[in-house]
Amino acid sequence: METYSLLREFADSWVLLAMFAFFVGAGIWAFLPSQAKARKDASMIPFRNETVGCSSKCPDCKCTDKLEGASDEKR
Amino acid sequence: MNYIKLLLLALIAFVAALGTNWGIDAAYKTHAFIIMLIAIGVFIMVLRNIDEPIKVAPDQGKYSDSVIRAGVIATAFWGIAGFLVGTFIAFQLAFPSLNFDWGQPFTNFGRLRPLHTSAVIFAFGGNALIATSFYVVQRTSGVRLWGGKTAWFVFWGYQIFIVLAATGYLLGSTQSKEYAEPEWYVDIWLTIVWLAYLAVYLGTIFNRREKHIYVANWFYLSFIITVAMLHLINNLSIPVSFWGSKSVQVFSGVQDAMTQWWYGHNAVGFFLTAGFLGMMYYFVPKQAERPVYSYKLSIIHFWALIFLYIWAGPHHLHYTALPDWASTLGMVFSIILWMPSWGGMINGLMTLQGAWDKLRTDPILRMFVLSLGFYGMSTFEGPMMSIRAVNSLSHYTDWTIGHVHSGALGWNGMITFACIYFLTPRLWGRKQMYSMSAINWHFWLATLGIVLYAASMWVTGIMEGLMWREVDDQGFLVNSFADTVSAKFPMYVVRGLGGVMFLSGALIMVWNMWMTIRGAKPVHAPLPNAIPAE
Repeated sequence: METYSLLREFADSWVLLAMFAFFVGAGIWAFLPSQAKARKDASMIPFRNETVGCSSKCPDCKCTDKLEGASDEKR
Repeated sequence: MNYIKLLLLALIAFVAALGTNWGIDAAYKTHAFIIMLIAIGVFIMVLRNIDEPIKVAPDQGKYSDSVIRAGVIATAFWGIAGFLVGTFIAFQLAFPSLNFDWGQPFTNFGRLRPLHTSAVIFAFGGNALIATSFYVVQRTSGVRLWGGKTAWFVFWGYQIFIVLAATGYLLGSTQSKEYAEPEWYVDIWLTIVWLAYLAVYLGTIFNRREKHIYVANWFYLSFIITVAMLHLINNLSIPVSFWGSKSVQVFSGVQDAMTQWWYGHNAVGFFLTAGFLGMMYYFVPKQAERPVYSYKLSIIHFWALIFLYIWAGPHHLHYTALPDWASTLGMVFSIILWMPSWGGMINGLMTLQGAWDKLRTDPILRMFVLSLGFYGMSTFEGPMMSIRAVNSLSHYTDWTIGHVHSGALGWNGMITFACIYFLTPRLWGRKQMYSMSAINWHFWLATLGIVLYAASMWVTGIMEGLMWREVDDQGFLVNSFADTVSAKFPMYVVRGLGGVMFLSGALIMVWNMWMTIRGAKPVHAPLPNAIPAE
C-alpha cells in the first residue's frame, strides 16, 4: 500500500475518532460541576499579581490613585 | 559565551560581505549588506562589553516591561507605515498615474501591495501580539519573563525580519505566496526568532505562580505554535543558489495552492483571530473591571476554534482544480465556525454586563466593544462568503477586500488601539492618556473610515461581480473588464477617503502617545511577593 493510502485510511478512521473524542471530552470537561471552583479561580487571575498606586511611582499619581481606566475620572 | 558570540557574529558578517559581492540579484545583495551592517554593529557592541564584570541584574523581582514598551512604540510606528502605504495604494487604484514613472518598478502597485499587507498584519499586528502577549503572560503567571534577554532577541529579531521582508518586496524578491511572500533566508530567520518567542512564552508559563493557565494564554500559545507549523510547511522550498534570493517550492500545482490557502486562512485564523482573542480575554475584563462573562464558554470557544479553523482553508479555492469534496469540506467547516466565533464575541460583550454604563464615559472600553462588534460582523460575513454559490459572485471582486478590511481595521485595528491606550499610561507611569478627547476623536475617525471602506467595497464588489457574469440573450458577455474598472471609480475614491480617515485617527493616537510618554519615567512594576529593593 502506498504511504498516502495508508495514512489516509488511518486518518479517516482512528485519528478522526480520537480527535472527535478529544473534542467532545474537552466540551464535557468545560461543564464538569467539580471544576466550578477552578473555573471561578482562573477567571479572577487578571485581577491578581498587580500592585498599583504608590509602588508604581508614577510622577503624576498620588498615593491614593489607582492606575485604572478613564472611567474613574468622571464618576 | 561572549567569545562564541563574537565568533558567530564575525562569521555572519563575513558571509554577508561575500553575499554583498557575489549576490545574484539586487534584493539579495541589499539584504546581505543590511545583515553585514547589523552583524558588525552587534559585534562591536559585544566587543566593547567583553570581560567587563557582569552586573548583578537589578531587575529581579520586577516585571520585565522594557521590551513591552519598545513593542508598543514599534506597533504604533509600523501601524502608521502600513496605513500610509495602504492609503497610497488605494489612491493608486483610483488614479493609476500615481504609479509614478520615475519610481518604476519599485513603487508600482504590485510591489507596494505586499508591503502594505505585511506591514499591517505582521509588523503592526505582530508587534502588538508580541508586546501584549509578553504583558499578559507575566501578569497572569505572576512571574518575570523567562530567558532574560531572549525577549529582546525576539523583539529585535522580529524587526529585522520586517525590514528584510519590506525591502525585499520593493526590490522584487517574492515567492508569490500571499501573506508568505518573503524568500527562503528571511523565512529561516523568522523560524529562529519564532522558536525563541515560543521558548520565552512557554518558559514563563512553566515558571508561573498561578495554579491555572489563564485562558488568554491558551489563545496566545495556540497562535504561536500554529503559526510556527504553518510557516514551516508553507515555506518548504529549495533555494536555486545560496547566493541568490530565488527559491523553488517543494509542492507543485494544486497541492501547492492547497498548502498556501491552508496557510493563508489559518494566518487569519490563528494570527489575526486566536492571538487577538488572547488580547480580548485579558484586556476586556481588565478595562471593564469584571471577570470574563463565562469561563465555560471561553473553554468551548477555544477548543471549537482550534478544531474547526484548521479545515476552513479550501474555501479559497472554489471552482478550481481542487477536488469538490475538499472545497465542500472547507465550506462546511467555515460555516460551522460561525458558532464558536459568535460564542466568543458574546462572551466578550457580556463581560460588560452590569458595566454597560462605562461605555458612556470610557472611550477605551468603547473601542473594545466596537472591535468585538466588527469581529462578530466579519465572522458572519466570512462563512457566508465561503458558501460556493455566494463565492461564485464574490470571488475575485472587491467584496473580499471589504470583508478583509472590516475584520482587519475593525477587529484587529480597534482592539490593538484600545490595548495601546490601556498599556501606554501603565507602562510609563501616567494615570491615563494625555488626552481623553483625542481617544474619542480617534474612535470616531476610525469608525467612520471603516464604514466608508466596507460600504464602498460591498457596492463595488457586488456590482463588478454582477457585471462580470451579465450575458445578453445571445449568451455573450455584456461587459468587458475595463467597463467594470471605470464603473468602480467613485467607490475607489470613497474607499481612499475611508483610508485617510483611519490613518488620521492613528496619527492622533501617535500624538497622544507622544504627549503621554514625553517626560515620563518608565515604570518598573514589582512582582507579587517580591522583596522591595529599597
